[in-house]
Amino acid sequence: MKNNSNLKILSNGIIAENPTFIQLLGMCPTLAVTTSLINAIGMGLSATFVLIFSNLVISILRKCIPNKIRIASYIVVIAAFVSVIEMLLKAYLPSISDALGLFIPLITVNCIILARAESFASKNKPIPSAFDGLGMGLGFTLGLSVLGTVREILGAGTLLGFPLFGSSFEPALIFILPPGAFLALGIILAIYNILKDEKGAASK
Amino acid sequence: MSYLKEFFSLAVLGVLIENFVLVKFYGICPFLGVSKKTDTALGMGMAVTFVMVLASLLTWLVQRYILIPLNVEYLQTISFILLIAALVQFVEMVVAKLVPSLYSALGIYLPLITTNCAVLGVTLINVQREYTLFQTLSFSFWSAMGFTLAIFLFAGVRERLETSKIPKYLQGFPIALITAGLIAMAFLGFQGLSF
Repeated sequence: MKNNSNLKILSNGIIAENPTFIQLLGMCPTLAVTTSLINAIGMGLSATFVLIFSNLVISILRKCIPNKIRIASYIVVIAAFVSVIEMLLKAYLPSISDALGLFIPLITVNCIILARAESFASKNKPIPSAFDGLGMGLGFTLGLSVLGTVREILGAGTLLGFPLFGSSFEPALIFILPPGAFLALGIILAIYNILKDEKGAASK
Repeated sequence: MSYLKEFFSLAVLGVLIENFVLVKFYGICPFLGVSKKTDTALGMGMAVTFVMVLASLLTWLVQRYILIPLNVEYLQTISFILLIAALVQFVEMVVAKLVPSLYSALGIYLPLITTNCAVLGVTLINVQREYTLFQTLSFSFWSAMGFTLAIFLFAGVRERLETSKIPKYLQGFPIALITAGLIAMAFLGFQGLSF
């Protein structure tokens, strides 16, 4: 029974309340780092790490944090874990760390993390909070990966660095440039709306 | 003279070439969130400008006189965000006391500035590029102006979108994002100005 509810929390973050497609949170990194699939996954997993641990710690401390300064306290906890992942990436995955650049310290101000701290971790027990962090993080990673895949294939003709088409293929460079991020996400959201509508009509 | 030259070259850099929203993707949340009306967009832009310049000044001092002498640069993120959160809170109280009319106009948007990545972003860029105090202040002022310009332009277009016919599945966020993409495409043209 207990396991069941944790799994439900997990799938809630990945599908029902997907941060990218449904809640539209954390748009800055979503648009900025999805020029390739590998960057998208790197960003998603870093944010997942921060989400799990910040949710866990905030949930443990939820009774000691005074209500008035709770936002500032959450930000300190989040910033601490962001510094940890920043140093880890610099030491072990320098290429990802270079590609993501400033967006790693900027995970601190990612609205998804603060939103989960405020709406979930501050009201629930540590274990479900950690699962909620994992679910939201994976949902975020999924959203980034979809956008990263589309942009890398259309904009560079490669996937994870491997060329997909012959040399005659002319990639639409615009998709890995900044405007392509807005266009690709806009179109993906429209397709998502169509799919949701068809699913809704089918279940009626 | 050289200061003046630097000031204007940072203006071209901050507003056009490296536009914070449309080229670098800092501050997308308020860009999409509070851009439904031109006057609130302008108010948000002004508040962000104020906080960005002040935050840049303070973080420059903290970096120069606290973090570097103590050799604890790895505490950058955590100390800068705390400073920004405190600053936003302080600005909120001062504005409420001194200019209540401005406070009621900006009210809801003020606390949101803490989690605007443009603010933390600009302070980290200033440190990364080892700007002098003068460059720090000019660059943060102009990139805030770039943010204001982008959000104001976008709000103008969105006001028009309200009254136009949009295909059902594109309504809301999708059409807003595609519009932003088109504006970003125009800004892509300024890339050629870099020197």
